Amino acid sequence: MRVFTAVIAIAAGILILGGYFLQNIFPALADVQTLLLNWAIIMAGAATLVGIFNLISVHTDKVRRREQGSIYSALLVICLVAALLFGMILRPDHSAMKVVMSGIIIPVEAALMGILTISLLYAAIRLLRRRADVMSFIFLITAVLIIFSSVTLPFANIPGLNTFGRWMTQILALGGARGILIGVALGALTTGLRVLFGADRPYGGN
Amino acid sequence: MIELIIIALSIFLLFIITLWKRRSPANLREISAFTRLYRTLGLSMEDGTRLHISLGRGSLLDAHGGSALAGLAMLRHIAERTSVSDQPSVASAGDPALGLLAQDTLQAGYQAAGVEELYVPTAGRVTGLSPFGFAAGAMHIAQNENVSANIMVGHFGSEAALLAEASDRESVIMIGASDDLIGQAVLFANTQDALIGEELFAAGAYLGAGVSHIASLTVQDILRWLVILTLLGGAVAKFFGQI
Repeated sequence: MRVFTAVIAIAAGILILGGYFLQNIFPALADVQTLLLNWAIIMAGAATLVGIFNLISVHTDKVRRREQGSIYSALLVICLVAALLFGMILRPDHSAMKVVMSGIIIPVEAALMGILTISLLYAAIRLLRRRADVMSFIFLITAVLIIFSSVTLPFANIPGLNTFGRWMTQILALGGARGILIGVALGALTTGLRVLFGADRPYGGN
Repeated sequence: MIELIIIALSIFLLFIITLWKRRSPANLREISAFTRLYRTLGLSMEDGTRLHISLGRGSLLDAHGGSALAGLAMLRHIAERTSVSDQPSVASAGDPALGLLAQDTLQAGYQAAGVEELYVPTAGRVTGLSPFGFAAGAMHIAQNENVSANIMVGHFGSEAALLAEASDRESVIMIGASDDLIGQAVLFANTQDALIGEELFAAGAYLGAGVSHIASLTVQDILRWLVILTLLGGAVAKFFGQI
């Protein structure tokens, strides 16, 4: 079974990769690539349903065992099932479903965004307590300079700060970001190749 | 055409270096986050706590698939090491397909450890489908399931701060790596040992997941030097008016 799944995965990977690069030489590869990608999209859609059932199963299990915080699990399952049922019966564009979306889901996400702002500020304050090294100092000073160069100060603008902030974001930060992204891309490439040739198999057992 | 050449070169190098690394031992520089992770694996077994491995919300169908696969490679190794613990590891994902693969990877780890009967499917979870939904679900695990370390490897944005904050409140060790620049900045500010850039993909090599992981680090280094030389060559050529 393990060999069978590996052969299918490797063959699908090579065909899709071939479809990208060799479709001018072998036009049939483009059709195979589209077909395989469509299957992947359909399976990803089916996986969403499985994921929802996984969520329900995990939290009903917590409620059944009366684990710590199981009241939240019960609330989650009730809301999830209710939203799913009403969404299927009324359809997502029904006014009641829109009220649920704009009155509950969006405000809750916005509230989490607000908490996130405070969390980030708090993390910046604690950074030097957690790790007092040169990089942390540079990180904090850069963050403070960028903030002061991009906000309107109540007293007066500090001369040269805007230009310095622009230089920092458009030259230093952009260069650094590109360097990090190139590193990430190379890492993703070698990881993908390991999976493509079966050295890593995150499917079908060992 | 350039892309095809890079991929062909990478495949060739990966193959050759994997064969070469089988004979010569790996010499890896010390990364404090991985040292801490290695120690945490042993400690969690001893003190009867569990590890929470969060794989992020990177879909396998887009550009974040690489980080998701790196997270799965690490999960496979951690699952094998901690499968016989009283409190086995829990994996969370913000993408349904990734959640399924997390379950399969956990099961593979249990199989490799010879204790497949101990595997519980709910150890691999989809905690939410939106960034904040996923973070809220993962926070719940960190706070309520006797977790001693949160290991975040995958695609995380700013929502990583919420999970980091929850870990900090529970005095839980936090090790984080993301392929997203915002996520990396947030994790740098929130964790003691942040992993930056391609260090995310080195987890397997540092945890002893196999010679192919070490070989892929060497391939990354070679490719990085090629990129540097190309950039410098381009800059010199432009300076002399050749481009």
